[in-house]
Amino acid sequence: MWKHLEIELYKIFHRPRTYLAFAAITALIGVIQLGLKVDGKEYTEFVMADFAGSFSVDGKILNGYFICYVILQLLLVHVPLLIALIAADMISGEANMGTLRLLLTKPQSRSEILLAKFLASVIYTLLLLIWIAILGLLVSLAIFGTDDLFIMKSSYVVVVKSSDVFWRYCGAFCFAALAMTTVAALGFFLSFFAENSIGPIVATMSVIIVCTILSTMNIPLFNLIKPYLFTSHMVTWKEFFDFKVNDANEAIIGSIQYPEKIIRSAIVLVLHIIIFVVGGIWYFRKKDVLS
Amino acid sequence: MYKFFLLVFVLISSSINAQEQAMQLVQKVKAKLDAVNDYTAEGKMRTDVAFIKAPVGKVKVYYKKPNKFRLERNGGISILPKGGISINIGSMILVNGYMALDAGTAIIGNTNTHVIKLLPNTENSDIILSTLYIDESNLVIRKSVTTTRESGTYEMEMYYGKFISYGLPDKVIFSFNTKDYKLPKGITLELDDIDQATKEKMKGKKGKVEIIYTNYTINSGLAESIFKNN
Repeated sequence: MWKHLEIELYKIFHRPRTYLAFAAITALIGVIQLGLKVDGKEYTEFVMADFAGSFSVDGKILNGYFICYVILQLLLVHVPLLIALIAADMISGEANMGTLRLLLTKPQSRSEILLAKFLASVIYTLLLLIWIAILGLLVSLAIFGTDDLFIMKSSYVVVVKSSDVFWRYCGAFCFAALAMTTVAALGFFLSFFAENSIGPIVATMSVIIVCTILSTMNIPLFNLIKPYLFTSHMVTWKEFFDFKVNDANEAIIGSIQYPEKIIRSAIVLVLHIIIFVVGGIWYFRKKDVLS
Repeated sequence: MYKFFLLVFVLISSSINAQEQAMQLVQKVKAKLDAVNDYTAEGKMRTDVAFIKAPVGKVKVYYKKPNKFRLERNGGISILPKGGISINIGSMILVNGYMALDAGTAIIGNTNTHVIKLLPNTENSDIILSTLYIDESNLVIRKSVTTTRESGTYEMEMYYGKFISYGLPDKVIFSFNTKDYKLPKGITLELDDIDQATKEKMKGKKGKVEIIYTNYTINSGLAESIFKNN
């Protein structure tokens, strides 16, 4: 299987569209960093318009940690498209080129071949996230410096001490990796049902868009299904940036407000990954491959 | 008729006398504080506001007469309520014209204090009324309640230690009513689903900012430039 994984990685990284995703990420992060470097003060004033009327905030709000938080919030909505470009093409792309039957003539079992393909798309996803982490966090820290992380939630404000932030980003990126792997698994699953790449890519994005809308709309009917939608759990990385306080409202350094939410969301996402991958393999093992 | 006028005269003169005494007491406290031209103090600040989660941080404060004040968090972000922002003793006694009224006595902690209400003479002053609880034996303010036009009412409680001779406290607790403050609205795509009990907990509670000073450097001749970025 490892040999096959190498072959799949070779295929992925010899496609121009793979680098298009990295270039798109670089451009997007660069634009955000440039914008905030030039007009960051106006942005923070706008963000804190309500709050600044009552409170005076002193300190370097526009620091590397804050920039990375903004980047993650904006990018993690769009990165699924870049992941779908590769993951949803894994099987359908072979079918489209007519190489799927040839591929299945290899001595490995269908399951091994499919797992190698899925692992290759997961590695691509992880590399994309590492690239986001390098540009979004490390480069932002180099450009904007460090300070406490100031976050405005919908009903309260959180200030995370600078010495307490980095490990939270490590946790958030690990969680984001799980969330994006779910997207890769969905794209991979849908790629079994088409013989061209466009269909599964569009279908993957459509599923994500519809589920995201259902997740964000606060309507009682949708609230019933929200806990079962993977998109409801993809944003749980933000839980890493909220901490517990004691009775005197003092922050407990190194704590997470709702660790159970992170665990629950991680379990839901892992279950989705298992369902998509096992379901896809199960379907493909029975499929009569004609392309 | 003669007795009536005598009674009115006695009442008016005793009232004027009480006001003069109150004014003198405030002047004495002010004179004690005036001995401090500037100071730098290091300490720890704790923000206890239901809808703000902030860590306890080290702070450094700078003060220069008459009302220049700067609070600096050591490399971090600090949040303070506007209005009573100058958490310093000097800000409690009105710098410009005011009238002092004797309002009796009260016990703060275990200390007997003289209650004095300060009313500004000018109509456009932001401070409407300031009530001081003065410890007459030490000539220090133990507590103050200030009502402002823009920022509502806020309270300051002072606890003294080794710098009592300068009228500088070791600990200041600044309290304000959080219901007057707007809760921040989510603008960064934050869709946190907190429960109703937590939401209620975040409303209608008194907010507190507590600073415990560990060290004062008095009359070192602070430069004006320190306050320019404030």
